[in-house]
Amino acid sequence: MIDPVTGSRLQFALTTIVHIIFPVMSMGLAPFLVYFTWKDIRTGKPIYEQLRRFWTRIFAVSFVVGTVTGIVLEFEFGTNFAAFSTTAGELFGGPLALEGMMAFMLEATFLGIFVFGRDRVGNVLYMISAVAVGVGTWLSAVWILIANSWMQTPRGYELATENGQTIVHLVDPIAAYANPRFPWMFVHMQNAAVESVALFMAGLGAYFVFRHHVWGYPIEDVEFWEVTLKIGIVALLITAPLQVLHGDLYARHIFETQPQKFAAMEAVWETDAYVPEYIVAFPTSLQDLLDPRAKDIFGIGIPGGASWLASGGDPQATIQGLNEFEGPQPPVALVFWAFRLMVALGFWFVLLAVWGGYRWWRGELLEDDLLHKALMGSTLLGIVAVELGWIVTEVGRQPWVIQDVLRTSEGVSSGLSGTEATVTLVGFAVVYLGLLALYTYVVVRIVRAGPPDVASVTPTEGSDATAPEVSGDD
Amino acid sequence: MTDPASLSSEPLFGLPLPDLWFGLLFFIFALFLFLDGFDFGVGVLFATRDDEEERERLLAAIGPFWDGNEVWLVVFGGAMFAAFPAVYANLFSRHYLLMFAILGALILRGLAPEMYEQRHDEAWQRWWGRAFVAGSLTAPFFLGMFTANWLFGATTIVTLPGIVVGLTVVALTVVDGVAFLRLKTRGELRDDLEPDGYYALAAYLALVVVTLGAVYWTAPALRPDLLSVPIAALVAVTLALAGVYAAATRTDRYYVAFGAVAGLVFALVALVAGLLYPTIDPVAGLTVESAVVSTLPLNLMSIGAAVLLPLVFVYFAVLYSAFSGPIEAGESY
Repeated sequence: MIDPVTGSRLQFALTTIVHIIFPVMSMGLAPFLVYFTWKDIRTGKPIYEQLRRFWTRIFAVSFVVGTVTGIVLEFEFGTNFAAFSTTAGELFGGPLALEGMMAFMLEATFLGIFVFGRDRVGNVLYMISAVAVGVGTWLSAVWILIANSWMQTPRGYELATENGQTIVHLVDPIAAYANPRFPWMFVHMQNAAVESVALFMAGLGAYFVFRHHVWGYPIEDVEFWEVTLKIGIVALLITAPLQVLHGDLYARHIFETQPQKFAAMEAVWETDAYVPEYIVAFPTSLQDLLDPRAKDIFGIGIPGGASWLASGGDPQATIQGLNEFEGPQPPVALVFWAFRLMVALGFWFVLLAVWGGYRWWRGELLEDDLLHKALMGSTLLGIVAVELGWIVTEVGRQPWVIQDVLRTSEGVSSGLSGTEATVTLVGFAVVYLGLLALYTYVVVRIVRAGPPDVASVTPTEGSDATAPEVSGDD
Repeated sequence: MTDPASLSSEPLFGLPLPDLWFGLLFFIFALFLFLDGFDFGVGVLFATRDDEEERERLLAAIGPFWDGNEVWLVVFGGAMFAAFPAVYANLFSRHYLLMFAILGALILRGLAPEMYEQRHDEAWQRWWGRAFVAGSLTAPFFLGMFTANWLFGATTIVTLPGIVVGLTVVALTVVDGVAFLRLKTRGELRDDLEPDGYYALAAYLALVVVTLGAVYWTAPALRPDLLSVPIAALVAVTLALAGVYAAATRTDRYYVAFGAVAGLVFALVALVAGLLYPTIDPVAGLTVESAVVSTLPLNLMSIGAAVLLPLVFVYFAVLYSAFSGPIEAGESY
């Protein structure tokens, strides 16, 4: 039997790691769907109806799986982290309740119209539904990240002890909820979601373009995939450089507000100046594999690089080492490597964007098979980068569940037994593996089926790009 | 509200906010049970239909609605977390495995129609159809168990009142599902559903009587409450609404029947809330007054709810009016 603390931590990690995939898909797809719907209604061109309907299918299945896995997360605060919920409920419960009322309700109701209602409502209400669903998915992120950012950089509260339990009291709602961490997280997360979907689109587009133009295997809807590829590259050209630039500033904010996490990201144990930025680093002895202390690391690094990045231009800047913090440390190796991989992927996506943009500009987009292969291989890497980023964020602030206020181990439900924790952990491992397999299966089927045939829906007679809008309303 | 500084010292407009939030919490729960209840009921009734086309119509009937309906459960959890965090923590961790049973049932129920529509071969649809029925049957059953365990202060998962109340809720969701489907379907299917509604209603009433009897004999502490005027009135209302439902169903007044089911659900939830009040968690010894958060967050949440909940009702009005009337040919899940 696993002890209840470890079991609860592993279970929360597993359920969030799986859940985040679906919001990334739905939040990332939202702006594209608003654009497709707008163009579909305004121009009446079949390609936009195809794009709208095809990507709505993927959005709908992502949303359903996101709903059912999201309820699990909300409940787990009560079931597994009851002590945390009691301590922080006054500050933490509000954003969750508002997320449900303001965001989740908006998306879930208008989703019904957006997915099922094209023939039942007029253009205006349909467009409103598309925007409402999109805004709803992003508002969800606002409230969830307000709650999360408070745990990273808590402010606006007072501590009291009531019935032997530490209770956080809200005293300054503006300080607490207009948290300095929030804008960093929100921009980084939302841009990452759009970037992940851009990579997903470019990867799928590249696959079919490659099969058609390079292999010569006839693909009926190749034009649809060419457009998908181009939309993906345009979105990548916007989001990929922004993510890298913003990420650099975000890391500096972490250095200033969560020095322990920053030290773990760079594996700095002793406080030092002129700290190098390791590109790759390996422990000199296998025993240090899970505890790569900087002095035992063989690495290739830029001298003064970490200091330079942390301070914003001063290679002599001092970085606080992990040894200065009392108590347990975060699992340094996991944070160190997750951070490096995420950054490497971020640069790789910039390269892909520039490469794709250049080939397109030269008119060689459909012929460069190496580019196609690179894009295909990167289809899911955006989501991988999001997972790595969240590992840095959440594992990096351990042992704290609320930074410097409450330890994660103190937040677990006191009445929870090892048996219960083990039963549900194993249950989730099985159910979520099945869920991921089913989701993959459904998305693959949707992709295989290709874009919907719209010729049969819109009357061909006299309807071209300039035809009056075809309304489903009567 | 004239002075922002008073937000942290006095309740908004001098209102009895803790009691209002207790009421709001159960109102949200009742709304969830009524709305998602017909989704569950349709799922149970799915088992009684063999015809491929009829099954398609059942799924199409709930397709646009169920996700929005289920969000009321999320809002229920959020509202409890925000207003009564100690109850949220105690209740959810005490019924640990039961909470995950509810979640498992909801995952199955939400996923199954999506999967069912993916492929049209027989074995695939048979199994996902069964999963849909299983999820739709167990979700209200476990929710009923949870409610009973909460009310009676049970410390174990499986209790006799829990099972009885679980079955009660299942019967009620079937009544709900029938009333909903008779609005959304036409022809033979609608006629076929009529007797199902009567059977489910009879089962519901019988189970309510058993539940009340169980409360009387097993929870002596609740006996005076049970015999109080408001509770007796709720029982009388339940009986009257059951009569309205049966009469409206017989005379094909579908909206009246659907409204009567809403009344039945709200009466049942009010009964639970009435028996519980002023306690909110009997095992942890928490009352509404002792478990509520401090004045400032409660005031803020009250402003939030007062602004947002009317908007949510607008969203629901738009959704339900866009899909009013029967399923049309060609509409599917």
